[in-house]
Amino acid sequence: MIEIFRFISGAFILIGAFLSLVAAFGVVRLPDVYTRNHAASKSATLGVMSILLGTFIYFYIEQDHFNSRIILGIVFIFITSPVAGHLISRAAYNSGVKLWEKSVQDDLKEAVWRRESRVRQRDH
Amino acid sequence: MFNVVMQLSLLFISLSMLGLIYRLIKGPSVPDRVVALDAIGINLVAIIAIVSIILRTSAFLEVILLIGILAFIGTVAFSKYLEKGVIIESDRDL
Repeated sequence: MIEIFRFISGAFILIGAFLSLVAAFGVVRLPDVYTRNHAASKSATLGVMSILLGTFIYFYIEQDHFNSRIILGIVFIFITSPVAGHLISRAAYNSGVKLWEKSVQDDLKEAVWRRESRVRQRDH
Repeated sequence: MFNVVMQLSLLFISLSMLGLIYRLIKGPSVPDRVVALDAIGINLVAIIAIVSIILRTSAFLEVILLIGILAFIGTVAFSKYLEKGVIIESDRDL
């Protein structure tokens, strides 16, 4: 029984490390800051959550130690990492970082333009 | 067997940190570097978890929460600085 759970926690940790590696390949190879942010904030989050889940299972089985800090860490990373990705992506857009030159659609630009023209009409 | 798996995953995470450090040095814009730093902090959490399994101790598990919180606060501060020019606004100079 302990061997089975040890195998499960090893599998979780290996999958998480592989996902982190995939995220790093995305960060190195993708063309602009938005796609890189997409890779980093999604797969790195999932990889680290999987690694922490494997660690939790290992300590619960091997040392019979229910560690609530790892659960808190999983929840905290799951909540905050997409928020951090959103904030830095919005800061990049508002500080004028260009999209990849082959991207075809920019809905946010149109929305920002419409909002500014509405503000200008109201001020007149 | 289990130790081999742990060292293999440590190797994977070290390689991914090398890629992120490449992006941190080369990144053409400042938000690129902030994204890379955030991902480095997240990977550091994973390294601490695996090292505490290898050392068979649960004494380092507070550090996981601590680094998660610090990485989040740092990223929020950087993005507020990039967007508005200040990190903590005061209400009086509006």
